[in-house]
Amino acid sequence: MPDDATSSLKERFPQVTDRPSADLPAVNVPLGDLVAVLRYLRDEQAFDLLMDLTAIDWAEGAAPRFTVVYHLLSTTRAGTYLRIAANCGGTDTEPTAPSVVSLWPGANWHERECFDMFGIKFEGHPDLRRILMWDGYPYHPLRKEFPLAGIETDLPIADIAAETGTKVIAAPMAGGPFVASTGEINLTEAEPRAKDESWSDRRARPDQSELRQVKE
Amino acid sequence: MVTSNTDLGYNSKVEGGVVVSRADAMINWIRTNSMWPMPMGLACCAIELMAVGGARFDIARFGAEVMRFSPRQSDCMIVAGSVTYKMAPQVRRIYDQMAAPKWVIAMGACASSGGMYRSYAHMQGVDRIIPVDVYVSGCPPRPEALLDALMKLQDKVRREPSAKRLMSA
Repeated sequence: MPDDATSSLKERFPQVTDRPSADLPAVNVPLGDLVAVLRYLRDEQAFDLLMDLTAIDWAEGAAPRFTVVYHLLSTTRAGTYLRIAANCGGTDTEPTAPSVVSLWPGANWHERECFDMFGIKFEGHPDLRRILMWDGYPYHPLRKEFPLAGIETDLPIADIAAETGTKVIAAPMAGGPFVASTGEINLTEAEPRAKDESWSDRRARPDQSELRQVKE
Repeated sequence: MVTSNTDLGYNSKVEGGVVVSRADAMINWIRTNSMWPMPMGLACCAIELMAVGGARFDIARFGAEVMRFSPRQSDCMIVAGSVTYKMAPQVRRIYDQMAAPKWVIAMGACASSGGMYRSYAHMQGVDRIIPVDVYVSGCPPRPEALLDALMKLQDKVRREPSAKRLMSA
């Protein structure tokens, strides 16, 4: 039973608190106890599978800014699933969290993705490189201050960039993120389209013109 | 054709062993009917590209069935799928490795314009790094659309001043 795991976890680690969750049980853990808690859950509560490892960026200037989230599943105790959340340490520009590659080798690429997208430094990771964006990309795209359209930078390979004269540009948003409507029987109506079509790259967005990504 | 010639084989006395044509027509005829594609399959469009190679749509009817995975042996790069910025230099590198004459078909919305990927990671049209001859709309395009693109490209190649280019090269 899931409640067993959380209650025995809280017995062992009194600093662990419940976390509001709509579906599965979740707990907050102080960053310093994170590895000990995860090791206890793996070894003594049979959470042998790390389903997911991700992070939350709450907002620019929020305290705490970043939270890492671990999804654990037990393959021997049916239906036992637990989420562990821990607020990151370090600074807002360089948040840190301990690596759990030593507990679950599968955490390796998850932590690399988390580092790539949020810039969280996983201390003790054997090979903390970017995994989706290329080495040398200067930003962490899933951070709140990073615009969806992107920021102009150089192409990954210098001689190709020089040969083609092309850069990584901010994508034309043309009315904002494109959203598909679900439940439409008419497929033409379900096509992804801009939510607010009153503005485009040529017509400034009426209220927040400073948010436009593409300069003319 | 009604003829008094009853020989089944080629008779050099009748034809004279000479065919008169223009160099352009000859060269372009050869090029259009043996246009070997470089399948630059990057996403779901590559599945439709495979369908084009299958028996139902059969790109072999147009002489382009020999998908060459070596750029040195291919004439026409079919960019099938979404080109990310991380992949873009490699696409260009492979294009550079192809021997001239070479052509490019941008297959599908992503390769043509970035398609639905208006984001930091996605190149907004492969024509920003390589010259594209034919764009195919669709997400993904029907196999017939790619065949149509190939025929349009063949039409384009038929009108190229190939002999002049060969002499000046």
